[in-house]
Amino acid sequence: MAAAQAGLPVRLESVAGELPLPVFVGITNELEMRYPNHPSTNESQPHILGSLTGSAPHPPADRPVLRHPDTSMDKQEAWSPPRSPGISPPCSPSAYRSYPYGAQRNGTDTLLAYDGKVPGRPSVPQENSSPSHYSLKLQSEQPVITRGASVERLVERAEIDYSDEPWRITEEQREYYTNQFRSLQPDLNALIMGTVAKNFFTKSKLPIPELSHIWELSDVDKDGALTFPEFCTAFHLIVARKNGYPLPETLPATLRPGFVEPGVVTVPPSEEMGSVDLQMTSRPGVTAKQDRREESRKPEFSPKRIPDPHEKPIQRVSTLKPDSPQELDANMKSRTRPRSYSSTSMDDAMKKVEEPPTPPPRPQKTHSRASSLDLNKLFQQSGQGSRPSQHSLSAKSGWLPPPPALPPRPPATQIFSFLPSSEKSSQKAVQQPNFADFSKFREEQESSVRGGLSTEDLVPPKSDSTLRHQGHAPQKPVRRKLHPESQSATPPSATPYSAATLTKSTQRPPPKQKREIQMAIRKNRETNAVLTRLNSELQQQLKVVHRERVTLESQLELLRPVAST
Amino acid sequence: DNVCSGELKFHYTVHTSLDVVEEKISGVGKALADQRELYLGLLYPTEDYKVYGYVTNSKVKFVIVVDSSNTSLRDNEIRSMFRKLHNSFTDVMCNPFYNPGDPIQSKAFDSIVSTMMVQAC
Repeated sequence: MAAAQAGLPVRLESVAGELPLPVFVGITNELEMRYPNHPSTNESQPHILGSLTGSAPHPPADRPVLRHPDTSMDKQEAWSPPRSPGISPPCSPSAYRSYPYGAQRNGTDTLLAYDGKVPGRPSVPQENSSPSHYSLKLQSEQPVITRGASVERLVERAEIDYSDEPWRITEEQREYYTNQFRSLQPDLNALIMGTVAKNFFTKSKLPIPELSHIWELSDVDKDGALTFPEFCTAFHLIVARKNGYPLPETLPATLRPGFVEPGVVTVPPSEEMGSVDLQMTSRPGVTAKQDRREESRKPEFSPKRIPDPHEKPIQRVSTLKPDSPQELDANMKSRTRPRSYSSTSMDDAMKKVEEPPTPPPRPQKTHSRASSLDLNKLFQQSGQGSRPSQHSLSAKSGWLPPPPALPPRPPATQIFSFLPSSEKSSQKAVQQPNFADFSKFREEQESSVRGGLSTEDLVPPKSDSTLRHQGHAPQKPVRRKLHPESQSATPPSATPYSAATLTKSTQRPPPKQKREIQMAIRKNRETNAVLTRLNSELQQQLKVVHRERVTLESQLELLRPVAST
Repeated sequence: DNVCSGELKFHYTVHTSLDVVEEKISGVGKALADQRELYLGLLYPTEDYKVYGYVTNSKVKFVIVVDSSNTSLRDNEIRSMFRKLHNSFTDVMCNPFYNPGDPIQSKAFDSIVSTMMVQAC
């Protein structure tokens, strides 16, 4: 959040620092007025659709032209008049948007909003496309415009838009949120655990009750974790709150995870309704709104939107089951999920890092696999079976049992192989067995190492770290990692071996293999560096998890006397 | 005064019913929460009201006090009320910003409870 806060100022500066301030003031007031309208008008979806497509300028682009001459002051004035007629909702969003736009376009966009609704829309999309703006909800207006045919719809839309405008996420914002999400959880399809999100959002320095409320609004599936859309929603709400927008009572339709991504599974429309029953009862109301939206939208667009309302009831039904009370289970899941997800994310990150290195070698037959094969041959000839083990590791998603025995190096590789296999075998349970495996292997490794060559010194630390990495990492990345792991294992071993292999390679079709080996070495070194970093991160995570475990156990202890009485 | 005394009375009722709850949950010899039903049923009736109890697997207790004159409330309805309570309580728990033991300030939770009470009347 601190970063976000820093980000905000940066972008605002690019726009024109002072313009926004007056705008925001206007907006806030508008927004507050809007909120009562908000629940009643849920046509945000159309807006969202528009926002999705929104980067493209809309037909009513001519409106902006009209607005051009207007200044920010005009915008504000325009706001007030709309307010009186009661069409004000559009104004606030426009004001909201206008400010970034105003900086650039002198509020043409906002003016558009004043005119109501249709004019404003087009300008917004254009504004949205301008990356320099940190504009919030620019896009929402545009879709509305394209829609509009009936005045009524426009009015509705305008109201919705206006009330939703501040609650639309623009493209720039979405990118920013994506980056922030990645910093917490590299896998965009995975979840951010509650505690992680809590720590992250606490940095925003908002009061805890407000953060709690924001969480309630954004965690629509009530699982104690945030999916990517939920995260965007929460982040957006926090940003809005920091900018002075009061928090809504219910989640604006534009911020609903299902809204932005039509067809997304997770979102029941009624975010705040925790209980299933409530959802059931509120469903009719919501579906009514959705139907309205659908009608308005149908003429205009999209197939996307129409299925959404249908999907939402279905999603609601599906969410009924997940909502079944199992606090412990939920907690456990949320706890375990982070482990697997976070480690997965790490692994995925690792994977990404590792992947680039590996492909190139392939064509040259220097892949880790191929090279390992060659190396296997090499080593076999040299009497060391290390390669085969690595090869087996890397070659298969299914894990082959490492070849027996090899002197000190091979044990390290074997350990790697064991690790990946164990990792692959289980998801959540992986962590525990891996720890055990690791310790086991480490001992083996160390014992074998002791008997090994002097070069083993290199291997144990590396293997340990890699082992740990693997132990923490779940499965899919593990496979990929196997390559790097095996490769990383090979570098340490490769260095001692390299001399031997080089000599041996001279005996073989040397130049090719030498090249292959060297490339493999290079790649392994790179992956090594990444893995060591990953290792340290995982170690930290481990510490955190241990701490949590200790606190949980102490809490359990506290509860036990109560239960026993 | 009436309100205060009324609240005090409810507090007292709930406190005394806690003893009954403890008695019920400690009575199960198997001591496995799974084998014990969460819904405890009517804890004890008095002349003015009936008290129903419900315990979660984490030993969180819900107590509903219903006016005795409200005869239209059936056992199933009470069960569904407890289920709703449990669900919304779980949702509150899922919020990482909520520390167990704090008074619940969740608006969603409050709205659910209010809706339930209105329906029960």
